Amino acid sequence: MSAAALVERDFAVPDIRCAGCIAKLEQGLVRDKRIAAARVNFTEKRVHLSYMPDTDMPDLIGAFSTLGFEAHPIGNGPGEADAEAETSRELLRAVAVSGFAMMNIMLLSVSVWSGAAGATRDLFHWLSAAIALPTVAYAGRPFFRSAWRALRHGRTNMDVPISIGVALVCAISLYETATGGAHAYFDGATMLLFFLLCGRWLDSVMRDRARGGVTALLRNMGSGATVLGDDGRGRWVDATALEPGMVMLVAAGERLAADGVVVGGASQLDLSLLTGESAPQPAQPDDSVHAGTLNLEAPIRVRVTAAGADTAIADIARLMGEAAQGKSRYVRIADRAARLYAPAVHCLALMAFAGWLVAGAGWHDSLLIAAAVLIITCPCALGLAVPAAQIVAAGALMRAGVLVKDGSALERLAEVDLAFVDKTGTLTLGRPEAIGLDRLDTRAKSLILALSQASRHPLSEALTRGLQRYDVRPAEVTSVTETPGFGIEAQWAGGIVTLGRPQRGELGDALATELSVDGKSVATIRFADRLRPDAAEAIGTLARQGVEAMILSGDRAEAVAPVARQLGLTAQTGMSPQDKLDAIERQAGLGRKVLMIGDGLNDGPALAAGHASIAPGSASDVGKNAADCIFLGDRMMPVVQAVQMARRTQAVVRQNFLLAIGYNAVAVPLAFMGLVTPLVAAIAMSGSSLIVVGNALRLKGAIR
Amino acid sequence: MNGLAFLIPIALGLGLLGLAAFFWSLRKGQFDDLDGAALRIFVEEEEESV
Repeated sequence: MSAAALVERDFAVPDIRCAGCIAKLEQGLVRDKRIAAARVNFTEKRVHLSYMPDTDMPDLIGAFSTLGFEAHPIGNGPGEADAEAETSRELLRAVAVSGFAMMNIMLLSVSVWSGAAGATRDLFHWLSAAIALPTVAYAGRPFFRSAWRALRHGRTNMDVPISIGVALVCAISLYETATGGAHAYFDGATMLLFFLLCGRWLDSVMRDRARGGVTALLRNMGSGATVLGDDGRGRWVDATALEPGMVMLVAAGERLAADGVVVGGASQLDLSLLTGESAPQPAQPDDSVHAGTLNLEAPIRVRVTAAGADTAIADIARLMGEAAQGKSRYVRIADRAARLYAPAVHCLALMAFAGWLVAGAGWHDSLLIAAAVLIITCPCALGLAVPAAQIVAAGALMRAGVLVKDGSALERLAEVDLAFVDKTGTLTLGRPEAIGLDRLDTRAKSLILALSQASRHPLSEALTRGLQRYDVRPAEVTSVTETPGFGIEAQWAGGIVTLGRPQRGELGDALATELSVDGKSVATIRFADRLRPDAAEAIGTLARQGVEAMILSGDRAEAVAPVARQLGLTAQTGMSPQDKLDAIERQAGLGRKVLMIGDGLNDGPALAAGHASIAPGSASDVGKNAADCIFLGDRMMPVVQAVQMARRTQAVVRQNFLLAIGYNAVAVPLAFMGLVTPLVAAIAMSGSSLIVVGNALRLKGAIR
Repeated sequence: MNGLAFLIPIALGLGLLGLAAFFWSLRKGQFDDLDGAALRIFVEEEEESV
């Protein structure tokens, strides 16, 4: 087999935590003869595989799971290009080029300032021009492009004064150089670009880092199903390649990849991601089932009726498209500042030029002074003030378990004054938890652990998880067999033990399981979805911060009422995605800024429509994609921390703006009087940038 | 003055060299996995399997 025939694909592996994991994965995966190479990217929690084209997806995922890792293919096809990461790299290249130019021009400028004159000064100015002009043409492109886009749409943003300032200063300095003048501002222009590019790059690094974290969380991305062929053999088909008419085999614990009709087997389905409904729904032959639901009990066969964009989820996607338009109208704080700032700067420069001309300074001197005003007022500190504060805050939040997708999310999060909270999976953990395990004796516990360990059924996993808190060792059982839909059976001390569906149906539709020894019931364990451990505390703290909460649930009123009572919240129940969207729009119409906290597919449109939105790490992919922030783990306090941090960040950003204004109040009159030489400009600019960055760094310790 | 004829090209050349080295390392993906690079020194090379 030639090397050219290998297929390349990235896998998200969220559990890579240490150097040992890297070694285990890279050395373990290639033992499978079909995998030619494996390379771990620790930062993004990804593994890049090169493998033979005839390898099936389940085999690859199996190769990961034999090493003890859970892996999910990323993207819909092999070798997807990553456009966002490319922008980030382009910015980094521009930072490097402008940094190089800035340092070398500064080297030449220092000689000029220390008294080089005549031919030497002219030579140094020409050299500076030779370095600065290509640099501005290359490294200035992100600003020129964005300024041009804004101007063409009749708007103005931060990049307009920057672009005009840099271009004018370069032109004047070039003229000055050609006429043998004393002052050239090439160092100022490149330094300005360097600082601003640093800010821009920090902003994109922040987005990249969060995106890396989010892709690692997207479990269902690139999902698919085992499709039964005519010969009865199963083969793995990617979700995008599924077609109506195919028959999928859905094992217990698997999510459906397409809409369909059950043609074989019977099971219970967990619809909570789709509708918010917490009680499982039975699925029998001829029932129609939806993509995104979780098969709980037994394997079923499903004939696909709609796949890809035609599934019921597509309806939600349409709503989300509409909802997201509202959010795109949000104008970032730096651009809002620029709306006032840009005209002011240009007026000042124009006034300086006209004023000195009237005072009889000659148009050449007047132009130089106008250039000094432009360069001194250029929003260097402003361009750095916002991203520096936001990246420090996002870094601190990431350590606290909150992923913030971009800077504007932090700005919007700081403004919220009303929270809409989903119930299932958001206020609650969204997974069954065994209740009353501590009432069991040690023998029962060890038997249950021995049996539940052998199964990947969601209830078994809940039992295994629950029993880990107790110091129990699994009992010695032999010949364990699992019967789908009924339970697990094993030999123990000469008898037969079973763990499975309760014999008597008195428990209604509540989830329960029963341990029996030799056919006699020993223990019955119920399962329920519990509140997050600190939900009440989090809701209380939010209220004290001036953000009152309200439950919006798709679940039935009877299921929501206990939760609402426990937390002292009002609730609206049985809401469709459209209802949730309407509720948010009604509040937005009243001028409230709504924070949406939710996890399900049904929350997707609401998450997209909220002024800001947060989803738990266990949310549906749609939810995680739509939300601005994602909090990890079972605790809900990170939501509160995120809001607090966002507000603190806004405070620092405002301080930075004030610092910048104060700096301008001192520097602009000097520039007006014609006292700002290139040396003064260089000192003032770097000084103010260092101050705002230093102020932003104070946020680092804001979360303890 | 004559010294400048050598020193300036040398200074610029060294700067350019650094810039080129940075671009090269960026293209080779040395900045793609910064946290992983710190951990890789702990990874034992696997002995050559026969």
